[in-house]
Amino acid sequence: MGKVILEMKNITKTFPGVKALDNVNFQVEEGEIHALVGENGAGKSTLMNVLSGIYPHGTYEGDIIYNGEVCQFQKIKDSEKKGIVIIHQELALVPQMTIGENMFLGNERGTKNAINWNETYGEADKYLKMVGLSESSRVLVKDIGTGKQQLVEIAKALAKNAKLLILDEPTSSLNETDSRALLDLMLSFKKQGMTMIIITHKLNEVVYVADKITVVRDGSTVETLDCHENEVSEERIIKGMVGREITDRFPKRSGVEIGEVNMEVKDWTVFHPIYAERKVVDNVNFNVRKGEVVGIYGLMGAGRTELAMSIFGKSYGSTITGTMQLNGQTVNLKSPREAIDAKLAYVTEDRKGNGLVLGKSIRVNTSLANMKGVSQRGVIDTDQEYNVAVEYKNKLKTKTPTVEQSVGNLSGGNQQKVLLAKWMFTNPDILILDEPTRGIDVGAKYEIYCIINDLVAEGKSVVMISSELPEVIGMSDRIYIMNEGKFVGEMKASEATQENIMACIIQSTGGGDAA
Amino acid sequence: MSLKITSVLRKYTMAIALIVIVIFFQINTGGGILLPQNINNLISQNAYVFVLAAGMLLCILTGGNIDLACGSVVCFVGGIGAVIMQKNINVWVAVAIMMIGGLLVGIWQGFWIAYVKVPPFIATLAGMYAFRGLSNVIMQGYTIGISNTTFLNVFGGGSDCYIPDIFHGKDMNLTCLLVGLIAVTIYIIMVFRSRISAKRKQYEVQPLYTELIKVAIISVVVIWIFYKLANYKGLPTVLIWIALVLLVYTYITKNTRMGRYLYAVGGNEKATNLSGIDSRKVYFYAYINMGLMSGLAGILVAARAGLAQPTAGNCYEMDAIAACFIGGASAYGGEGSVFGIVIGALIMGVINQGMSIMGVNANYQTVVKGIVVLLAIIFDVLSNKKKK
Repeated sequence: MGKVILEMKNITKTFPGVKALDNVNFQVEEGEIHALVGENGAGKSTLMNVLSGIYPHGTYEGDIIYNGEVCQFQKIKDSEKKGIVIIHQELALVPQMTIGENMFLGNERGTKNAINWNETYGEADKYLKMVGLSESSRVLVKDIGTGKQQLVEIAKALAKNAKLLILDEPTSSLNETDSRALLDLMLSFKKQGMTMIIITHKLNEVVYVADKITVVRDGSTVETLDCHENEVSEERIIKGMVGREITDRFPKRSGVEIGEVNMEVKDWTVFHPIYAERKVVDNVNFNVRKGEVVGIYGLMGAGRTELAMSIFGKSYGSTITGTMQLNGQTVNLKSPREAIDAKLAYVTEDRKGNGLVLGKSIRVNTSLANMKGVSQRGVIDTDQEYNVAVEYKNKLKTKTPTVEQSVGNLSGGNQQKVLLAKWMFTNPDILILDEPTRGIDVGAKYEIYCIINDLVAEGKSVVMISSELPEVIGMSDRIYIMNEGKFVGEMKASEATQENIMACIIQSTGGGDAA
Repeated sequence: MSLKITSVLRKYTMAIALIVIVIFFQINTGGGILLPQNINNLISQNAYVFVLAAGMLLCILTGGNIDLACGSVVCFVGGIGAVIMQKNINVWVAVAIMMIGGLLVGIWQGFWIAYVKVPPFIATLAGMYAFRGLSNVIMQGYTIGISNTTFLNVFGGGSDCYIPDIFHGKDMNLTCLLVGLIAVTIYIIMVFRSRISAKRKQYEVQPLYTELIKVAIISVVVIWIFYKLANYKGLPTVLIWIALVLLVYTYITKNTRMGRYLYAVGGNEKATNLSGIDSRKVYFYAYINMGLMSGLAGILVAARAGLAQPTAGNCYEMDAIAACFIGGASAYGGEGSVFGIVIGALIMGVINQGMSIMGVNANYQTVVKGIVVLLAIIFDVLSNKKKK
């Protein structure tokens, strides 16, 4: 086996009131891809922040031994000097600057007083070639897609002479094709001898790239699995993450009767709000029945969110054509308010950006879309509002000491529940859930699925947009498949398999660029 | 327990700072700062700060947006009033015209900001120039006196701007004292009624002792202020206007749907829009209120001076903004309270007046004002950092 390049020994890190890491031991061998998995809040990111010097030496206990020497990093620059480079989950690029400027930001090429632009761009192009990105380094970052931006981040790390690369959720904002390309890039780096640590929620990716998997739970490392000794399945990893066997990832739904058509959308076409000639949603037809969970599967960028938002009171898109019927009545919803009044709800995929007011309490967020429900003649009845918030907190099992807690302090899964509570309180007939389980841990996912089942049991309809195939197949009654703005297939969940869904997508892809 | 005390301290930091500042000046002015006459002046001189800051708070809540024009509007409204009162028009008609003037300014600026998406800083910068200019045009560059005594008395100018004592107290104004006692009684009843109803419905309430301390401090301070005023000339009419504005805006921000929308838009505009709330209406509402408050402040300022002049209201917008930020309003929106701006305005007022009594050079007073604003924000930033 290779030599141990990094060893983190007995790391303990406490925040006021919480022990984030408790005596963690973690070893990485040279030239391997080591996956770090665990539920949200398990301590993965904290561990990596300790390693990269974001939490300086002295604020934690334990030792970091890198390349045989004990390291005491005071700041990120110290660890970068040694070749430990971390790429954070949120892209840290300045959109208005060129790729080259971004790559050498804080690490400028040239003399002390002047930047040597030729060297900057020359070097940048060299690194771009290494990551397989065929853009000029003089292009502005805002003009390239997120997949390419992630590659720029990696090129930037390489430019820092990285020997140990840490990728924190590198594919969380990428579509399937871009994700796969990124993982393949990691494998090719491995061949060249680079050591990498990847943090990710997507277990299929872990299985695909990792040589070793370390599972973190409640601030401790639970186990390290070696993928070469024997095959490690996703179920096996989940068992380590949650500490018990999850026999069924999707709760069964029984006895829910599927009724008549509730919503029917015909010939729905939406154009891009800025590039008005670009069709984002192209002639889509679909319907939803009472008590039914309809899955819309599509890769990111397929136009799913745009479709949902354009239906929800034209909150996306410029020219929108097509007809929409609710309970047999043709409607024309011109604003979110009208959509809500028509008993439609849209639960956004971007809960921090578009969903919640993070600085405000659970109580305030719960009532936000239905203030009339807790007020008379424009005056809020705070008591009633409190009651509503508590009722939904109990119903959805939101974990919080009080509903006066500000939403920003909750975990992803609990934030998602608050967001669901907000929309359930508007008493909708049809809920459009856009990626309802993105970025939340396995246990919370299961609870969200149970909530979906309860909703349809009450006779409501659920449209679930998702880019996770097992979830779409496991939860839906019927599945639509979306690709490049069009619906390219429809099938019953009982007939759906991962293979025939992907086949629909591949057949329909009309030679567009796959970068 | 100890944790709770620190959180209470944090919540009321600026109030505590105010008390410390008052004590400092009490010592350094040999008790001068708390003389009845000085308390009376503190209120009258800073009336415009309270009123403008109340309007400004709404704008700041929507996302740290400010109104640079309100100082010019104060001057503009005062100018209109002085000119039409010269023509012997009924005083109440004149007052109505002045308020409508403020309202129209609010609609004008609100329209550009909310519906055309002109950045508030720029829209109101334009207003700052334009309304200052218009005031000059109206007054033709001259100072215009206001002689209507009803106007002066009702809005806190001249020598008789006090509520007359209906009991004809010998050494002190009994009406003033009585009003203070009634206000405190109503306050205490309201606090405990809401506490009892919350208890009955088994909501969480703050511990009894902290509530008692809070109520006791507020009651004692209010009664004490009224007692002092009673020992001077009584209840200044301008205090009635200030109290009215503060009560109305406390109610708006705390209890109404619109108030909640202001916080929500400042907290996350996209999420608010997707919740079926039209954020444009919220901006419009904020700036209309700012316009109305500029109008009222214009009336109060003109009455206090007994005249209108082209330089009136200069830099008043900055005093209002400073009061909001010292009082804990967030420069990014979504946070702030009327209670906070009262504290903010008082801190600035007390420092100003304290230094005047101490005989500090006026030039240095402005420097100190600047430093106080900076300190308040530094403190806010640091304490927020600690929270994380």
